[in-house]
Amino acid sequence: MRIPLSWLREFAQVPADATAEDVMADLVKVGFEEEAVHRPTDELTGPVVVGQVLSLVKEPQTNGKTINWCQVRVVPEGQEQTLTGKGIDPSGVQGIICGAHNFVEGDKVVVTLPGAVLPGNFQISARKTYGHLSAGMIASVRELGIGDDHDGILVLSRIGLDPEIGTDAMELLGLYDQAAEINVTPDRGYAFSIRGVAREYAHATGTTFVDPASKVVAPATLQGGYGVKLNDDAPIYGKAGCDRFVARTVRGVDASRPTPPWMSARLRLAGVRSISLPVDISNYVMLELGQPNHCYDLDKLAGDIVVRRAVAGEKITTLDEKERTLDVEDLLITDDSGAIGIAGVMGGAHTEVSDSTTNILVEAAHFDEVSIARSRRRHKLPSEASKRFERGVDWHVAHVAAQRVVDLLVELAGGTADEAGTDVGTAPDAVTIDLPAEFASARIGIDFTDEQITTSLEDLGAVVEKTSTGYRVTAPSWRNDLETKEDLSEEIARLVGYDNIPATLPVAPPGRGLSRSQQQKRRVVQALADAGLTEVLSYPFVSKAANDTFGVPAEGGARPALKLANPISEEHGFLRTSILPGLIEVARRNHSRGFRDLALYEVGSVFLPGEKLGTDSIPPLGVKPADEVLDALYDGVPHQPLHIAAVMTGHDSPAAATHTPRAWDWADALDVARLMADVLGVELVVSQGSHQAFHPGRAAQLALRNGDVVGYAGELHPKLLAAHDMPARSVAVEVNVEVLFEAAADVIVAKHISGYPVATQDVALVVPQDVPADQVLAALREGAGVLLEDVSLFDVYVGPGIEDGKKSLAFGLRFRADDRTLTADEASEARAAAVAVATERFGAVQR
Amino acid sequence: MTDTLPGAAIPNPLDEAAITAAVEDAIAAISAASSLEELKAVRLTHTGEKSPLSLANRVIGGLAKEHKAAAGKLMGSSRGRVNKALAARTEVLEAENDARILVEETVDVTSAPRRRRAGARHPLSTLQDRVSDIFVGMGWEIAEGPEVESEWFNFDALNFKPDHPAREMQDTFFVEPPEAHLLMRTHTSPVQVRSMLEREVPIYVLCPGKVFRTDELDATHTPVFHQFEGLAIDKNLSMADLRGTLEHFARQMFGDEASIRLRPNYFPFTEPSAELDIWHPGAKGGPRWIEWGGCGMVNPNVLRAAGIDPDIYSGFAFGMGIERTLMFRNEVGDMRDMIEGDVRFSEHFGMEI
Repeated sequence: MRIPLSWLREFAQVPADATAEDVMADLVKVGFEEEAVHRPTDELTGPVVVGQVLSLVKEPQTNGKTINWCQVRVVPEGQEQTLTGKGIDPSGVQGIICGAHNFVEGDKVVVTLPGAVLPGNFQISARKTYGHLSAGMIASVRELGIGDDHDGILVLSRIGLDPEIGTDAMELLGLYDQAAEINVTPDRGYAFSIRGVAREYAHATGTTFVDPASKVVAPATLQGGYGVKLNDDAPIYGKAGCDRFVARTVRGVDASRPTPPWMSARLRLAGVRSISLPVDISNYVMLELGQPNHCYDLDKLAGDIVVRRAVAGEKITTLDEKERTLDVEDLLITDDSGAIGIAGVMGGAHTEVSDSTTNILVEAAHFDEVSIARSRRRHKLPSEASKRFERGVDWHVAHVAAQRVVDLLVELAGGTADEAGTDVGTAPDAVTIDLPAEFASARIGIDFTDEQITTSLEDLGAVVEKTSTGYRVTAPSWRNDLETKEDLSEEIARLVGYDNIPATLPVAPPGRGLSRSQQQKRRVVQALADAGLTEVLSYPFVSKAANDTFGVPAEGGARPALKLANPISEEHGFLRTSILPGLIEVARRNHSRGFRDLALYEVGSVFLPGEKLGTDSIPPLGVKPADEVLDALYDGVPHQPLHIAAVMTGHDSPAAATHTPRAWDWADALDVARLMADVLGVELVVSQGSHQAFHPGRAAQLALRNGDVVGYAGELHPKLLAAHDMPARSVAVEVNVEVLFEAAADVIVAKHISGYPVATQDVALVVPQDVPADQVLAALREGAGVLLEDVSLFDVYVGPGIEDGKKSLAFGLRFRADDRTLTADEASEARAAAVAVATERFGAVQR
Repeated sequence: MTDTLPGAAIPNPLDEAAITAAVEDAIAAISAASSLEELKAVRLTHTGEKSPLSLANRVIGGLAKEHKAAAGKLMGSSRGRVNKALAARTEVLEAENDARILVEETVDVTSAPRRRRAGARHPLSTLQDRVSDIFVGMGWEIAEGPEVESEWFNFDALNFKPDHPAREMQDTFFVEPPEAHLLMRTHTSPVQVRSMLEREVPIYVLCPGKVFRTDELDATHTPVFHQFEGLAIDKNLSMADLRGTLEHFARQMFGDEASIRLRPNYFPFTEPSAELDIWHPGAKGGPRWIEWGGCGMVNPNVLRAAGIDPDIYSGFAFGMGIERTLMFRNEVGDMRDMIEGDVRFSEHFGMEI
């Protein structure tokens, strides 16, 4: 909401020298955030004066244009020029070249004299042009920054002005005024008006306020006016769409008269474009009183006005010349011809006022917030009117606003008001709230005095009545946001000042610290950074193709994924089922920025819709839903496990004079997975995996001992890497860490540490190529029995000496007993037992 | 110095002058030895089996009985002097040798390669941990919830009326189909509702996490960002408790000089509601007020939605943006730096914040 200061001053005690910034600094204290300052003089400085064209000589130019060589009087005849400066003629007459042709000798115009600066830092000076010294400029509205019209210069008589020569044109055009723009929160519809903001300004500064509504003399009752029927047969939530309709008629107006500059200046500062006198008046009154209203061309109305819901298929052409198909829930203003307006949103084109309109019907009505909000959303028609109606308009101001429009039409457009008028509808009950005496003090933490409570609420416009337990408060009709005792306590605190709230630190009951999974997450996330990986973030929005590639397909088809109804880009319209697409994109971006050696990881949720998706309906607010309703809400929220993924490309460390870095390979991806598992104390079972995002021969499936698959690791598929402009051999891993968290043991049972010496034995086994090393190792472990402390694979050999299709695996076995020093024989025996199992299982032959 | 060559005349072990001369020769040669190799040669020459002193010593056996004692004494002390000189010289030369080797092994320590890459946490994640730790230290617990959420938890339970414009203040990503009433949470407040439903009062929880709004990415907006929200539900909590909690937290984050300011505002889920400004003593360009977040007393409708009796319990809630906090605390100028994943951004912070 933009508040011209001159307008605010009419109703509130704003100091004469206050700036828009000062006003905003006051308003922020009562809850209106500052947005911007609108001040024409920031862009436009004088001297800018009224001049009269004494003579005008048309001089055709060689380029085909004709220019006017004008003599313009800028000081009244007989007076001396008091301005001085380069290019200012002491005679009071300036010679000016002007290219516009919409004026004649004798016209009064706006002259920007040498020394003036126009919007866009356009400096005016005397300069030689077309063979003359042109000392100033005759300005158009666009050059002055007050309109779009650039077809010619501003001729003051055409906006109804005949000022004295030499008058300060900036004053005349309202250009010394300024506006404060504030943000109005959606609960405070009343503050979308000068009326509401002036009241708030008075609250903020402790000064007095004059209600603009009180300045309008409106008859208490209206009768015999235009026929209006309120016919809502389908109220929303039982509330009538329209509960008041005031109609007034003004005849014999000249709608073509110009809008006076003081009004257009205020409208402009308030951010509203000047359209025509009747429309400007309508907007002016809306801004002043907060009551949206509408002017119809009375002669285009046919029969009684009926306010009703639309019928299926009904259409209307709105003021913006668009034909709209209406919904049966839309509330309409209609006459015998059909719809003439979407109530509270936008009027129809057919009954619009035009320059030739002579008789006007003024509507000031009160509509249901929800009905207006839905129509506005449905037709995507945010208007100044709908903005106010959906936040709530004062029911009791409608007839006042109608009167104000009528008064202005009579005053400025020269009409005569009919005495008869229409006012139909029923006033809603006033809202009364019981406020227990101590409630506000307890909620805010300030010991409010009785006077503070009473005065604050009365300042708002409420009626306060003392009761045996506290106060009975009748909320003012313009404050539809005041419904509860909590609302009132905010108002009291706001008016007394939030700065007066003391600080006390409540003590929470003994806490349990981070939960186990929170601790586990921290350890894993930190361990990866400690291991040299860099944590990054990516967006969870991905393409369908990315999900199909990276998500492991559920049985029988593409992976189900959540689709956004309103994504930022259609291309990335789905929620990720894997972190890798986003992470690979981040890796690609870094790579393209010149970082060749990368090890990135991301921690985040993935979105895995199950069979149940949401709920058909949602329970109402303010009540705890029944258990089964709550269960359905919980169950409808898709599974969103926490994943960690990593991508590595290039080398493990920077190359240096004495250091040859190692290229990341598939085993590093596995190592990252093992690191996560090790940190949590969980055993990972690795097996040859198959995943379309990975190299078919270099992908590992990662599972728990119980067989639950937790992720994949290995080299990314060469084609995928090429498609993503990523270097060959880049590797990746992704793990559902939530499953790992759960698999971690609650209590780790200690193992006896033997002090007896170790006995080591090596063994090389020849097995078929396709036997996984890990399984041979498992066989050795099984066969070796309790004496085996550890076994590891230290060499894989294929080549001379080994039969085709076979490989040699060399293992180191460490034996130790708990209770004695092992003999060489005992160790050899255990080794033989280990080999026997490997032989039995895989035909392993000792080399 | 006179080299006594093998096969030279054997000095008489009773000839004190000759023996002393041989000793002097040996000591002179020992002193002159400049390396352990040279000293080894000197030792062979002067104490070896063929050395004059050894040969003279051997002669003692054949001497007359009455001369044996004198000769033995002379030879013993003479050989002792030589051995002592040898030992001393050996020690000196060994020390010199050790020192030389260490000098020769000198490397240019400034040329050391980085064999291990340094990893880094994302500062948004580190900051989230830090904020959590402050509240855990106060006895609060950390609560979490899903990012795709039921509309009820995100709006209705938080007292957003179905057709009220407040519902549109938060530009919401909706999930298809619309009939399922699922959306991407626009704030972490649904976690408050879940906490109230799932925990016993009194409740003191902090809910950090990712939230989503349909803003295009620019220097100050991103469709995905992070918040942390606090919720306290207990008997007799007032706005003064809210202010005290926020002030304590602000001082932990920004130093003892920090303070906070509350300005009236509107949120459907709190009444009264306030905008929270922080006095940031270390702000770039000098100390000043910075808009930090929103807060207020929990609206009774929110308590009712979670089955908590607002006549017995009251509560307060507050919420701040983590990106915003990082921007003014650590002087991050552009939102895009935080979300594009450029490794330079994370790596600059390392493990700290």
